[in-house]
Amino acid sequence: MSDNALRFHFDVDGENFTSAGQASVKIKKSLRELGVDAETIRRVSIAMYEGEINMVIHANGGDADVIVDERGIEIILSDHGPGIANIDQAMQEGFSTAPDNVRSLGFGAGMGLPNMKRYTDDMTIESVVGEGTTIRMRVNF
Amino acid sequence: MNSYEHSVCLDLSKCTGCTTCVTHCPTEAIRIKDKHAVINADRCIDCGQCIRVCPHQAKRAHYSKIEAMDAFKWKIALPAPSLYGQFENLDDVDYVLQGLLDIGFDEVFEVAAAAELVSAYTRRYVSRPDVKKPIISSACPAVVRLIGLRFPSLYENVFPMLPPMEIAASLAKERAAKAHPELKPEEIGVCFISPCPAKVSYVTQGFGSYQSRVDVVVSMQDVYAHLIGVMKREEAPTPVSHSGMIGVSWATTGGEASAIFNDSYLSADGIENVIDVLDEIETGKLPQVEFIELNACDGGCVGGVMAVENPFIARARLQTLRRYLPVSQNFPEEEDKTAIPDSFFFGERPTFEPITRLSDSIIESLHMMSEIQRLTEELPGLDCGACGAPTCRALAEDVVRGHTGLDDCIVRMYEQMRAEKEARTPKNPPVK
Repeated sequence: MSDNALRFHFDVDGENFTSAGQASVKIKKSLRELGVDAETIRRVSIAMYEGEINMVIHANGGDADVIVDERGIEIILSDHGPGIANIDQAMQEGFSTAPDNVRSLGFGAGMGLPNMKRYTDDMTIESVVGEGTTIRMRVNF
Repeated sequence: MNSYEHSVCLDLSKCTGCTTCVTHCPTEAIRIKDKHAVINADRCIDCGQCIRVCPHQAKRAHYSKIEAMDAFKWKIALPAPSLYGQFENLDDVDYVLQGLLDIGFDEVFEVAAAAELVSAYTRRYVSRPDVKKPIISSACPAVVRLIGLRFPSLYENVFPMLPPMEIAASLAKERAAKAHPELKPEEIGVCFISPCPAKVSYVTQGFGSYQSRVDVVVSMQDVYAHLIGVMKREEAPTPVSHSGMIGVSWATTGGEASAIFNDSYLSADGIENVIDVLDEIETGKLPQVEFIELNACDGGCVGGVMAVENPFIARARLQTLRRYLPVSQNFPEEEDKTAIPDSFFFGERPTFEPITRLSDSIIESLHMMSEIQRLTEELPGLDCGACGAPTCRALAEDVVRGHTGLDDCIVRMYEQMRAEKEARTPKNPPVK
């Protein structure tokens, strides 16, 4: 990260499902003010949105940090949820452990992690069962 | 766009410097400076929201008086379809059209009639395989300006067709010139009866390389006052109206979009909703639709600040009025059912300097934004507007852009004074 890096922090509230997705709206506004191109903004806000929803559904919320510098955008999502037992399996399209109550809202299609990978240039998942998950994503300019 | 002259303006003598307009402006274009409002012309989209909310009637729209038409030998009125919704118990549009002739116009050309042609060509345009979708209507000038300034990535989606007002002006002039060959072109004047200031600015400023064909724009409220005196309901008017259900429906939200005759459309109104929808389109979260109609005013054009009646009452009246009208009364003449005449398109689009961007350089933007973040933290976060900016965040941005200083914040000043006072006062010995 260079000296020019700008950091945004969001508390993702796990108690309130209706507010899920707010951080991605806020980050989109800031990126637009920074003059980031629309396609990059679209990729970041979709990846961020999916990650936020995941934290709310599976981990009772968590922290979202977005760091912007002249080369690109890094998104770090960390939670103290149940962790992901099998990351390869979780990355498969259609695999989901989402409960029925959120499936009825249209979530839980098993596209969250695959979409996050698809819309970013780089993604790493660190997860310990019973401790939590940290996902880092990068979108380069 | 520094030279852009807006219809929305301020009456200095009435402005008290209250912050009502500042906090309601959807583009944060207004600040209080030296105890009165100042509109930033680069940011204003002429939506008329400040006129609507000003408790002192200090905000108003600049437009011509009907007497401006005296300069022309042959005077043509172009009533917007929203005009028809302003009158109580009206069951026939012809009463309004007759009224316009009675107050001194020589001829009437309904904008609703032109709207039906625009709708017919829109259907052709939507079915072309090579056009950028979703197509966003260009009929509301406030929305088009908003897109140019705040949603530059969607600017290419703006429908390049001229609005019905312009088509009506061209066709009216052509028709009059043909019927009255003795008239010189400059002797024929067309007068648009407008529900909103955005249309006034469109006419005076043009749109990019396109110069408006309308000569004079008057306010619907003024014309209403003239019409009320002459509209006689006793005798049946001469049947001259030549518009159908589609044309009349353009006055309200959904009228333009539903006339494309397929279900793949979205229509929204109210400037905040419009901004939300544009946000969603920009993020790509919108369901696949082919056509998007967006109106800055609640209810559509009937909600314009220069209209007389409440928009929802006007809409109910229009429903009654159009009940027995044919679907459309205006049809393209071409043999080729896919053709759209060039005269229906505007030329080069105007260029906009996007207002959302802090700087052209990403490094500079990053610096500015971290400074804005830092200053916002320092400010009280009350968003009280007392400094003259709509929010603490907006003041921080104004400071970073070099427009003003942090001392504008009176809450911060007060806290500093109190801290100084406490520092000066010796601590009292504890009371036993």
